[in-house]
Amino acid sequence: MSRSLRSWPELWLERLLGRLPIGWLQLSHSRTRLYAALGGVSFASLLVLMQLGFHGALLGSVALPYRAMDAQLLISAADMNTLADASPLPRVRLLQAAAVPGVDQVSAVFLGRLDWRQPDGSVRALDVLGFDPSETPLHDVEIRRQQGLLNLADTVLMDARTRHIDAAPVLAAQPDATWLLELRARSLKVAGHFAIGGGFSADGYLLASDQTFLRLFPNRSSGAPNLGLVQLQAGADPAVVAALLRERFRDAGDVKVRSLDAVIADDQRFQTTQRPIGLIFGFGIVIGLLVGVVIVYQVLSSDVADHLKEYATLKAIGYPQRFFLGIVFEEAVILGLLGFVPGLLIASGLYAVVAWKTGLPMAMNVPRAGAVLLGTVAMCALSGAIATRRLARANPAELF
Amino acid sequence: MAAPHDVGPVSLAVRGLQHAFGLGEARKQVLFDIDLDIHAGELTVLMGASGSGKTTLLTLMAALRSVEQGSVRLLGQELCGASEAQRVQMRRQLGFIFQAHNLHESLSALQNVRLGLAVHGGEAAQAWAQAGAHLLAQLGLAERLHHVPAQLSGGQKQRVAIARALVGNPVVVLADEPTAALDRESALQVVHLLKALARERGTTVVMVTHDSKVLALADRILTMEQGRLVDDRRSAAGF
Repeated sequence: MSRSLRSWPELWLERLLGRLPIGWLQLSHSRTRLYAALGGVSFASLLVLMQLGFHGALLGSVALPYRAMDAQLLISAADMNTLADASPLPRVRLLQAAAVPGVDQVSAVFLGRLDWRQPDGSVRALDVLGFDPSETPLHDVEIRRQQGLLNLADTVLMDARTRHIDAAPVLAAQPDATWLLELRARSLKVAGHFAIGGGFSADGYLLASDQTFLRLFPNRSSGAPNLGLVQLQAGADPAVVAALLRERFRDAGDVKVRSLDAVIADDQRFQTTQRPIGLIFGFGIVIGLLVGVVIVYQVLSSDVADHLKEYATLKAIGYPQRFFLGIVFEEAVILGLLGFVPGLLIASGLYAVVAWKTGLPMAMNVPRAGAVLLGTVAMCALSGAIATRRLARANPAELF
Repeated sequence: MAAPHDVGPVSLAVRGLQHAFGLGEARKQVLFDIDLDIHAGELTVLMGASGSGKTTLLTLMAALRSVEQGSVRLLGQELCGASEAQRVQMRRQLGFIFQAHNLHESLSALQNVRLGLAVHGGEAAQAWAQAGAHLLAQLGLAERLHHVPAQLSGGQKQRVAIARALVGNPVVVLADEPTAALDRESALQVVHLLKALARERGTTVVMVTHDSKVLALADRILTMEQGRLVDDRRSAAGF
């Protein structure tokens, strides 16, 4: 192949680098090696993007129910890590909180989980939130419009995004055309719906009045809800009120008061650092990066080894070491950039498939894609830095 | 040593040069008391059997190895005790022709030649295209400027390597069996080119070779045996 016609990447890189783009020319000369390297980098970035996607879905699904709550502060049992393990707290604490200056309303919320057996024998886990329908602990407009229906005995609102269910009867449910749901040997009337979506533990949510909740969970007591959602008076400073509440409960020591954002952050930290699933995703990211480093190192070190005599020749005629480092880094950055693109495209497609199949909040976003791009290029640069050790073997004196 | 007459100034001066490889019991001395002046404008041939030390001498004069004992002054600069950076700087004034062409397989002939000039950076790099193409044409490769090495014969590759060595107008050219891979016609063409460089530009050319065709064109022939310079004669062809 005559190279009288120079490719646009070559011309563009030459302008950018101010020298012959030897790294690009070497990579593109050996197409098989280039495609193998790009495949490896794409695989590594795909692995990292998928792990970050699952990690992000975990964080997003943890935040979903909290984001549905209309509260500036949240009172929970002192040992609460996550919604699923929020121990009951004495209701008197909520009454005490209501008397603190700046507090407008404190809503008691009961939390429980029910298994809903499907006709095919499979089970859906539903997180049930029980509250007084005369209060407004959730800010969703649709929920507020319908929550009066919960005053009727054994009437519930159902999450239409519940995973792996036939959503048609849920979406069709109306106050005057309820859909019957059998749970714990009780017939519940689904009178309406809302949309939150499942997470990694529960498949969806069910809203009930506190009275219906207590009938579904007979071992629970009306005097021991799981959460107190604190709404503040207009103009009240959340930090000041939180400090007052903590001071109020200091001697009791059985509850903690946090802002909603702090609760979400604590729950997400717990999920990612204490629960196996979060740790697995964290390890997955590290493994993905290691796979990438190994593959790119193999490619670059082989490339250096194959061109050792040429490099030694250039060393002999006076090229400094930094010139060769530049070639290796040029190759590393090119592999990082070109390998990232297919990884991003495949990951975006897989995100859509996973979101569709599982209902998890998985979507590609610019900060994540940007971070993985930088990580991929850094990974390739690290591999290049390791591979440059071989350059030391290019001894020009051995050429004669 | 033969006293130089009707020759240019000394560009390579070697005094009391000794060199050894290895340490302790494994130490092996390969050069003994070499004294030598090589002049500008001369085509000097270095001969000797394998293991005679000619390659080691060439690498020391080329600033490719550290001079440990004795003195080598290259273009007036002492190489004994020179740092790696100083030696790299010195080598930029030299032209190297190796027995193996060592061309970049992914680069065209012209781009390979360009590497010989780009090392000087700046304005030299700007002039590469014209100078490279002109030199390749002089070496009979005008039709092969944009061919990669895989599309060139062994002789053509070697001529590209020679062009790479000469394109920067080096003051001293050091060559190791540069005509070994060439046919008679190409070999003579290359040697005539080197000789013309020496004559017209005052370039110092030092060449290791066994090629009788080259010997006939040399100005001076040095012979080494077991690490010592045993013969130094001027060729009749040189005058």
